[in-house]
Amino acid sequence: MKRTTVLLAAVLAFGILLWAENALLINGAGATFPSPIYSKWFDVYQQKNANIHFNYQSVGSGAGIKQTTDGTVDFGASDMPLTDEQLSAYQAKRGSALLHFPTVLGAVVPTYNVQGVSAALNFTPDALAGIFLGKITKWNDAAIAKANKGVNLPAQDIVVIHRSDGSGTTFIWTDYLSKVSDEWKNKVSKATSVNWPVGLGGKSNEGVTGLVKQTPYSIGYVELTYAVQNNIPYGTVKNSSGNFVKADLASVTAAAAAAANVMPDDFRVSITNAPGKTAYPIASFTWLLIPAKIQEAGKRDAIKSFLKWMLEDGQAYNEQLTYAKLPKEVVAKELKAISKVQ
Amino acid sequence: MPGAGSVAGSRSFLSKLRDGDEIARLITFLFAATVVLITILLVYELWVNSALPRHKFGLHFFVTQVWDPVMDEYGALPFMYGTVVTSVVALLIAVPLGIGASIFLAELAPPRISDTLQFFIDLLAAVPSVIYGVLGIFIVVPLMRTGIYSGLNKPFGFLPIFKGPSYGVGFLTAGIVLAIMVIPYIISVSREVLLSVPRDQREAALALGSTRWESTWKVVVPFAKTGIMGSIFLALARALGETMAVTMVIGNSPKISASLFAPGYSIAAVIANEFTEATGELYTQSLIALGLVLFILTFVLNGLARLLIVLTTQKGSGKGNQ
Repeated sequence: MKRTTVLLAAVLAFGILLWAENALLINGAGATFPSPIYSKWFDVYQQKNANIHFNYQSVGSGAGIKQTTDGTVDFGASDMPLTDEQLSAYQAKRGSALLHFPTVLGAVVPTYNVQGVSAALNFTPDALAGIFLGKITKWNDAAIAKANKGVNLPAQDIVVIHRSDGSGTTFIWTDYLSKVSDEWKNKVSKATSVNWPVGLGGKSNEGVTGLVKQTPYSIGYVELTYAVQNNIPYGTVKNSSGNFVKADLASVTAAAAAAANVMPDDFRVSITNAPGKTAYPIASFTWLLIPAKIQEAGKRDAIKSFLKWMLEDGQAYNEQLTYAKLPKEVVAKELKAISKVQ
Repeated sequence: MPGAGSVAGSRSFLSKLRDGDEIARLITFLFAATVVLITILLVYELWVNSALPRHKFGLHFFVTQVWDPVMDEYGALPFMYGTVVTSVVALLIAVPLGIGASIFLAELAPPRISDTLQFFIDLLAAVPSVIYGVLGIFIVVPLMRTGIYSGLNKPFGFLPIFKGPSYGVGFLTAGIVLAIMVIPYIISVSREVLLSVPRDQREAALALGSTRWESTWKVVVPFAKTGIMGSIFLALARALGETMAVTMVIGNSPKISASLFAPGYSIAAVIANEFTEATGELYTQSLIALGLVLFILTFVLNGLARLLIVLTTQKGSGKGNQ
């Protein structure tokens, strides 16, 4: 008898709680790479607007695109712009367009484990493409040695490590390799998962880092954010102006600024191998995917006001979480584009 | 109760109902039916959601070695190969070890030691697979590059399965980690089965003048054979479907190599790795088709194992009759 009373009380209390939580719930799903900054933004934004609740699930870009297209979430997020086919699939299914809004910038860096080499190695685009194609097989190959004068590179076989899980990081990396190497473009091309010519696969940034640390004479690639937060040493990459640039927040924003001038109206742009003296060449935007038509007025206004806040105030939170800020030009252009959401 | 007692049959049904027999029968039947229903639903979902690759690739799906999400070309062969090889390696290591340990625990060890050890073995069975994966990365992988590798490659390097360089991750590493994972299952189940062998079986053997080991090996173990085989099935099922620990140590490279040191890939691992980021219908459905393949593979391997038992048991009983 007593237990029943307690149970009843609990159910009642839960019901009241639900009743009180009469807030507007906005669901989103997608990319995992920006999920820490998104969580931070949604958290801060909710403190200011108690009646709006964002629920973001970092299920991966692919799943985010799918859920947005199926209409099971209010907005999506992706580490790569949608292809024309994906956009027309959305148009066909939902009867309106899907808009891209760049939020933050990410970069991918080469990390390696070469015993006896402590200096940061310099990588030319040719060297990176050659290594990942399996054509450059020794660390003392001329293509690597030329860019690293004075470093005593061993005559050891290179072990290539790549991501095994589908990932935006892989997309940025292969997008870059496709731009600098025709052979890569024709043989492998770019995607979240590709048919790797050589190498071992590690699951997620942790998996790749673990394999690189454990395997002598290996080379892999990880997200800049991850490398910085975990103090993983990484090499510099030669950019399109011929300078070896070490990835950091400034050099990534520089890459975006250079691309801002050629930014298309739908924001679907790749900024790998961007022009600019200080631009880091393996960088990319990550996008929020917002439906151009949102039926519910409440949700529409909430999403629009969040976008505005994210562009104007939210960007201030980027650098403490090691995400590069959007360049001013891009922010200005995006603020104008918010009115497209109807 | 109006109307009760008008028909004798219904009366007995009602009284049965009151006793709870019918209710219990009905409820347990529903539970049993649910299990079957879930299996059917699972196969149905896998079948329906893999229509595209089934139509596009047909049976070629089973023999194609390419897995290329960019060109939209998919084949299951390297993954099937990796799944089978790692599971077989795991069982080759785990079965002798597990059965040996269970014989010791059930027949030879003093009960107190046996119970204490059993407690730890049950604990091992409950360890999440990601922990085994981490252990694999930090302990087995370095060993595979040094001690185990030179121990196998130097004397047996002429055999194709021990040829070539070792990166630390690969088929053998995954097989070893899987073996460590499934041993507790084999020990736990086999020990229970051995303990439940009737006492008079042992006594009869001893009375006939056999030694303790002879009574264990020739009487108790054959008596418990079916149960021990059951533990091996459980281990095989676990090994075939294991995802996390395998993907951490197998190398995740969809290639078929004779060498056990080479990196490979397994079905469960590729689904877990690529499903969330799979874009495009054909890609997603090909991954689901892989799930269907894993289902079929489990089915076939289980059938083969059962056939093997039927054959060996017949042989065993034939010997017994002589």
